[in-house]
Formats: sequence, structure tokens, C-alpha cells
Amino acid sequence: MLIKQAPDIRSSEITDERVYRNRRQFIQAASGAAMGAVAGATVLGQYHGALAAQEAIPNLRQSPLSTDDEQNSYEDITTYNNFYEFGTDKGDPARYADDLTTTPWSVRVEGEMNTPAVDMDIDDLLRPHTLEERIYRLRCVEAWSMVVPWVGFPLGDLIKRFEPTSKAKFVKFTTLLRPEEFRGQRSRVLQWPYVEALRMDEAMHPLAIIAVGMYGKTLLNQQGPPLRLVVPWKYGFKSIKSIVKIEFVEDQPRNSWNISAPNEYGFYSNVNPEVSHPRWTQATERRIGTFFRIRTQVFNGYADQVASLYDGMDLARNF
Amino acid sequence: MWVRRIKPVVFAACLVPLGLLLWLGFTGGLTANPIEDITHRTGDWTLRFLLIALAITPLRRLTGWNGLAQLRRMLGLFAFFYVILHVSTYLVLDFFFAWDLIFDDIVERRYITAGFTGFVLLIPLAVTSTQRMIRRLGGARWRRLHRLVHGAAVAGVVHFYWLVKADVREPLIYAAILAVLLGVRVWFRFAKKSTRVVAQTNPADDVAADVGSVG
Repeated sequence: MLIKQAPDIRSSEITDERVYRNRRQFIQAASGAAMGAVAGATVLGQYHGALAAQEAIPNLRQSPLSTDDEQNSYEDITTYNNFYEFGTDKGDPARYADDLTTTPWSVRVEGEMNTPAVDMDIDDLLRPHTLEERIYRLRCVEAWSMVVPWVGFPLGDLIKRFEPTSKAKFVKFTTLLRPEEFRGQRSRVLQWPYVEALRMDEAMHPLAIIAVGMYGKTLLNQQGPPLRLVVPWKYGFKSIKSIVKIEFVEDQPRNSWNISAPNEYGFYSNVNPEVSHPRWTQATERRIGTFFRIRTQVFNGYADQVASLYDGMDLARNF
Repeated sequence: MWVRRIKPVVFAACLVPLGLLLWLGFTGGLTANPIEDITHRTGDWTLRFLLIALAITPLRRLTGWNGLAQLRRMLGLFAFFYVILHVSTYLVLDFFFAWDLIFDDIVERRYITAGFTGFVLLIPLAVTSTQRMIRRLGGARWRRLHRLVHGAAVAGVVHFYWLVKADVREPLIYAAILAVLLGVRVWFRFAKKSTRVVAQTNPADDVAADVGSVG
């Protein structure tokens, strides 16, 4: 009888996956930095490949869509995070950020689109886009807010490249599922992987961006790198982090928090002081770094730009 | 008596969470949202002191160290001390006396309703914690009144459970400990009933022990 013999050395013993990933990250970061230095000099503001953590992004275009509100400090923005993949404490994402490796990174794009489904390397995905600074208010459903100088580009520009068909009514996003690095995913606090979605017209709105950086530098691991959504007129949890999949779908997907507590978190989750939440008054908010609560604005102050998206809709029912 | 000697040590230990809070406050260690952090920390310690105070009676019965009862009032009052800090943080630092919003919160948000109920239940217990009040009410009545602490603890744990967004593991730990502490009381009661004829216990025992510590 043939007995299958186990190999002397298991492949996992040769190189630990983490070491392998970290090594790749180091090599890519080093080469990226070198490339960046060269490319940055010529193509200003253009994405130029394999951004290492905290690499400065040169000559960002400023956006007229930015707010004048005072920005929160780099320290506040990078130490007070909700990113349940790392744990439920606000300090957990910064505490365990080193666990995550973000190179290599590819994004699957599929669904109702005219171009073929594709696994796209992050560099290929980002290269055509010109990065700009967008200073946005971020309103968390927990009634605190920040002002964050994001670096990114319009989500709509990315979507157009894949030519979604008329059947594509929604865009669904999925976060990386990797419990070895995301310790929060080892417990079923939420349904993993995290998913979020936007209606197509919301996704095409110029305020909706894909962010790759903040304060002129690439995102830190606690902020959802290498690419995340930022939708400033919706509660923070809509702005899904560390995206690995983008799908164009016909039916309205259910987002993670809606699955977790449907009576508390709706699909739209537009910032709305009129619609009360069982846990937090949404009438006011505390801007991090200040003492007195301030009145929360409809659509987080972006009503002029986005209110028309919801004409004729009962926002109390479609919360 | 050994309890008398360790009492100042326990008193000092009960102030450690406050000391830590102040230390972190002055060194910028209370996160980017210090008001939220203070609220959470004082809330945690309220629940912990309630559970510690509730553990005294079962511990005393199990170990026979009757002196433990002399710590009970102090621990209960520390629970009240931390809940006062907790509620003041909410009323002053968080909402800065915006009574309309606070009222809405208490009425509309069930976790606040539960927490506020627990707080209100603790007030008469703190008020009647003095020697004079115990004498005035009489042991039996005082004991009956102070059973409100069970309701307050349940309300506190429910408050925590309803407050968390998705991760209920921590509130469930508190709930489990509370269930054990209340469970043993039920068990003691049945055990007492069946042995009443053999060894009559004085219903005001706990009070007597407590009174003795100060008197």
C-alpha cells in the first residue's frame, strides 16, 4: 500500500506568511520610494506606484469642495478610530496597526459592467487618477465628529473606467478578510467581511471619494489603507476601509451594520439630526478637540450639494 | 481586629481609579475624546464597586469572616461616589446642562433610562448609609430598603449591555458575575429556611455587624 509521505519541510515552515508579506512590503516600499522620488519630480500630484506607509504625496491639488473648518490634529485622527477589524476599542486600530500588511494588494472589480471582471493590482487601479486634497467633516454615528484632510480622487472617476451597465443600480464594497492580521475578525462581533454599498447616483456624486492618504501622506494602517471610501454626508461607518472588492449590482445590498442591527442602522445612513438613534442623540455632536457640543447639520452640512439625490424620499423611513 | 487595620488600605485602594483618571487627564492619556473616556471609566468603576460590595455578604457566609461586613458600607459608598462622577460627567461635561437634550435622552434612549434608574435607586441607599439613619429606620426596614441595591446593579448591567453597539462580551461578563452574586443569595435563602429550626439567624445580622464597625 502506498503511504503518502509528508514532506520533510512544510512550505509554511520555510517562510512564514507574515514574514513573506512583510518582506514584500519592505521591498515594494523601498522600490516605491525610489520610483516615487523620480516620478514625483515629473508627474506632480499623479499617483506613482507602491506608496509606502506615511510616504509624503507631493504637490496635491486643492479642492473647492474642501471645508474651511479647523482640521483635527494628525494625532487625534490617527489614534481615535473605529475599525472593528482591529478591535472594538477606539485605541485598538492604532494599537494593532502593525499586524496588517497591505502589500501586495489587489482589488477585484466585477458585476454589471461592460469591461471584463478583473483582479487589479493597486498600482494599476490608482495610476490614472490625479490625487487631490479634500478637507471633509466626518460625522460618526456615535455623535462625535472630526475634520480630516483626506487625499484621494472622485469615486465616480474610478467607476467610469469599468463602464457599469444600466443594470448596475448599486456599488458594493468589501473589506479585506484576513483574521490572521485583523484580530477583530476572530470574534463574530460583526459579520465579516465588512460590506458597504452606495446607490449608483450617490457613488457618482463628486463628493464621494476614494481616499489613499491623509495630511498629505499615505494612510496609516488604522485608517483603512491602501484605499478606502469617504462619503462625507453619511455617518462614518459608510466609509468602508481597506477595500478588496468593488461590485456593480442590481439589487440593494445589505451593509454590515444594517445586518447587525436593522432598526438602528439603515442603508442610507445620511447624517440627519431629525432622525433619532436608540443610542445617541443625533441632534448634536462633539467635534473632537472641543468642549461644547455643536448642532449637527442635515447631511453633515453638505445638503446644498447632495439633498437633491433624495428628492421625494421619506428620510425618516429611509434612514 | 484585622478588618479595622486593613480598612484604610482598602479606602486608599478604592481611590486608585480616581487617581489614575486624574493622572491620565493631566498627561493627555484619555484619548482624543476625553469626555467619553471619563464617562466610560467612571461607569466601569461604578459597576465594579457595586459587584464588589455585593460580593461581601456571600464571601462572609462562605468564609465565616464576619469582619468583612465592616467593609461593605464603604465599598457601597464608593460605588455611589463613582456613579456621581459618572452622572456629573454626563450632565456637565458631555451635555453642559442642556436639559432638553438630557430629558430626551432619559426618555428616549433605553440605555440611559436603565442607567438613570439605577442611579436613582442608589440615592436613598447613600442617604440612609449613616449610623443615625440605620437606627432611625430600624434594622429590618433598613435591610429591606437596601435590597434596592440588587435592582440598581441589574439596571447598571442592563445599561451597559444596551449601550454597546455590537460587542456584548464585556457587559455579559458583568451580567454573569451579578447573576452568581444574586444566585447565591437565593440559594442562601433556601438553605436558611431549611435550617431555621437548627440555627436561627438574626435577620439584622448584617446591619448589626456593620453598625458594630463604626459604633
